[in-house]
Amino acid sequence: MLQKLFKFNGGVKPATNKAASTRDPIKPVPMPRQLVVPLHQHVGGTPHPLVEAGEQVLKGQRIGAADGNVSSAIHAPTSGRVLAIEPRVMAHSSGLSSLSVVIEPDGEDRWIDTAPMPWRSMSPDEIRDELRDAGIVGLGGAVFPSHLKLKPGNEGTHTLVINGAECEPFITCDDLLMRERGDQIVRGALIMQAMLKAQRVLVGIEDNKPEAIAQMQAAVQRNGTTSMQVIAIPTRYPAGGAKQLIRVLTGIEVPHGRRSTDYGVQCFNTGTAYAIADAVEKGRPLISRIVTVAGNVERPGNYEVLFGTPMDHLAALAGIKADTDRFIMGGPMMGFRMPAYDVPVVKATNCVLVGSEALFPAPAPEMACIRCGECARACPADLQPFELYWHSRAKNFGKAQEYHLFDCIECGCCAYVCPSHIPLVDYYRFAKSEVWARERQKDAADVARERFEFRNERIEREKREKAEKLAAKTAASRAAASSAPGAEQGEAAPAAASTAADDSKKALIAAAMARAKAQRDAADQAAAPVATPPASAPDSAPATTAPAPQDRSI
Amino acid sequence: MNMLASSALPSVAASPHAGQLGSVSHVMLKVMLALAPATACGFWYFGWPAFNLWLVTVLAALAGEALCLRLMAKPVVPTLLDGSALLTGWLLAVSLPPWAPWWLGVIGGLFATVIGKQVFGGIGCNLFNPAMVARVALLVSFPVVMTGWVAPIGLTGAQAPGWLESLQLTFGGSVPDAYTSASLLGQAKTELSRGVSLLQTFANGLPVSWSGMRPGSLGETAVLLIAAGGIAMMLMGLITWHIPVSMLLAIAIPAAIGHAVNPARYLDAGAHVLSGGAMLGAFFIATDYVTSPSSRGGQLVFGAGCGLLTWVIRTYGGYPEGVAFAVLLMNALTPVIDRAIKPRVYGRNWRGQPIAPRKEN
Repeated sequence: MLQKLFKFNGGVKPATNKAASTRDPIKPVPMPRQLVVPLHQHVGGTPHPLVEAGEQVLKGQRIGAADGNVSSAIHAPTSGRVLAIEPRVMAHSSGLSSLSVVIEPDGEDRWIDTAPMPWRSMSPDEIRDELRDAGIVGLGGAVFPSHLKLKPGNEGTHTLVINGAECEPFITCDDLLMRERGDQIVRGALIMQAMLKAQRVLVGIEDNKPEAIAQMQAAVQRNGTTSMQVIAIPTRYPAGGAKQLIRVLTGIEVPHGRRSTDYGVQCFNTGTAYAIADAVEKGRPLISRIVTVAGNVERPGNYEVLFGTPMDHLAALAGIKADTDRFIMGGPMMGFRMPAYDVPVVKATNCVLVGSEALFPAPAPEMACIRCGECARACPADLQPFELYWHSRAKNFGKAQEYHLFDCIECGCCAYVCPSHIPLVDYYRFAKSEVWARERQKDAADVARERFEFRNERIEREKREKAEKLAAKTAASRAAASSAPGAEQGEAAPAAASTAADDSKKALIAAAMARAKAQRDAADQAAAPVATPPASAPDSAPATTAPAPQDRSI
Repeated sequence: MNMLASSALPSVAASPHAGQLGSVSHVMLKVMLALAPATACGFWYFGWPAFNLWLVTVLAALAGEALCLRLMAKPVVPTLLDGSALLTGWLLAVSLPPWAPWWLGVIGGLFATVIGKQVFGGIGCNLFNPAMVARVALLVSFPVVMTGWVAPIGLTGAQAPGWLESLQLTFGGSVPDAYTSASLLGQAKTELSRGVSLLQTFANGLPVSWSGMRPGSLGETAVLLIAAGGIAMMLMGLITWHIPVSMLLAIAIPAAIGHAVNPARYLDAGAHVLSGGAMLGAFFIATDYVTSPSSRGGQLVFGAGCGLLTWVIRTYGGYPEGVAFAVLLMNALTPVIDRAIKPRVYGRNWRGQPIAPRKEN
């Protein structure tokens, strides 16, 4: 059966630079002296630490518990002793720190007791909980918790897409994984297919990876499944973007802000499929991944790396060249420059790209936009990047959003082709964060206004209640005062007693009227459209003073 | 490894870290290469005075740009090296009468970069095509000089002025009457205004020329070389077919209809497309990035507008030629076109709303 392929517009064809790192098989990494395992390695809540400094941990032991359902667990990558739980520099350009578990390996690499998951007899919710606690997140780079995506869509999910496109230059970790461990990827994909109740599985691989395609096809044949197809797609960055790959394989365009599940498609990275098979078949949580080391090194290659391994420890295995001046996590198109060399490998680390000035020369000075439209031709989202640039630059964020700023996937194609060397993506990131900041400010202002209105209301209510109490008390004391003489006199005239009873009744009526008026005033004030400023306190005075004249009238 | 260990990296650079080796100067250089054959042909047909005029115009454009950059305290040399001022001067020069005096080129060149471009904020910011702004300013200010055409007598022919003589022509007096000639469009306009029908005026056939051996602006006559340059730009990915094709069609179609209805009043499509600056305008002037719409649909509308207005001005207007006016008028409409015609965003319909989920299979 020949699969009809679709196209997405735009895209670029940068030099792939993949050959060098695919010569050797996946290699192991000697145990580093220390592992620094950040607790927050995924999209969603930060896990709570489950261990304390000084504690012994086993390989695969859960050391961070998922914070709610939109989160994922963290595990000890090897057995050893917890040295500290403290903030360490994150694998992020910002250079900010995040809470990390520092583990000193004991060299034994002793696993916890693991057992296969009897997933066929488990409910989907149970499997999802297990996957969350096994720390399975998307290994394509987005690190979104996988269990959240393993649910059929409202209209059902007809297609599961396995993303083996790997379109970023230099990166070959998925390529090597598919070449060497295709069978387990297929098994993982079948588990996901069963959970999603998808009719078919499409494995999309860029056609510059013929070996991976052949190996995956062989793996599918060995497995015997008929609903899975391995499809070669044209090599064009960013064919590996989830939305682009879905478009190429199924023809479905998923707009920004919508999930592909709503359109009956779900997409996972090959590494994620592999990790899910590990978790389900062996009961092993996610503690390592394949990482490409490439760029300015003597022997580019792929390694199976424990999370928490310092990047310089890893890159040294490939032979860092002398003129190295940077590490980039990810590829040259979307990667982040690391704030230090010894930041840990995390779940999102698909590649440690060793860079130098010679390999990635600083761009020529930014020049004026000449509206040549190259960026629009390169944009895979069919946006008009130069318009976004003009409006972002002018801080005209409303206009930028009109041109669908948030549909930008920051793939970098526009900046890559720009003849004026404008760092376009930077402008969009700036504009996006400005918009977010303003929305946060607005939200904060809304909350403050609500709180203020609530406070005003409360103060008023308290005043009112006080007044009511006072009115009731006055009435009661008057009633007592007028009835007391009668009691003292003993044989008081019945008329006197009746007056006293009348008085107490009148006081009750007066109190009730005061209450009603206060309520009316409060209702009026609540109906007022604008927030009542503090100066409006005198407005509420009638409510408090109202009972007094009535009291006097008694 | 010690060298690397734990040393903080110097600066943060955001992705993408790789880039293509293109630049604005490359773009401009390629356009100039595409324009060079037609220009060289212009020199060949019209001789040394044409070259002199080209030189002073380009130099004046560069001087105007440099002066403005200097006054605005912007980097002068790097900006001049982007090639845009040179190209502006070049485009203006090829749209001037080939034997025009030096001061016409100087005024035009200065006007193009100073008023046409830098006043708006420099490269990328101008609303109107700078070369056409200058050409129209010159045409309105010096109509006689701007319509003083010469016959293409060649660079080396017997009557052709030598180099020294050419200096005298360019920097000295006026064009000797012996050399002057009328353009097809000019002749048609004049004769029609005198009440002479086109059939009579061109009883011996229309003086159209594929080779470019006809009176006209310096670089506009060699239509085949211009078209070849335009196609080369398309092949290099600099421009697309949308503006040139729609503009030429929008000149040719009304012309053909008019001519079919009344050949005594309307020139035919061939005469319109091969005369004046139609070809030059379609491939090199209207396709200016800065002043034309960016979407394909917008470019079709823009090109069609340029073509139609050109034909209208040539046929009914006071001037025999209308390309420059048409382009400027459509330049003014470009922001409107850009606002009205936007490409469909991925995953959205033409109005910008997300595509609704649809059932597959």
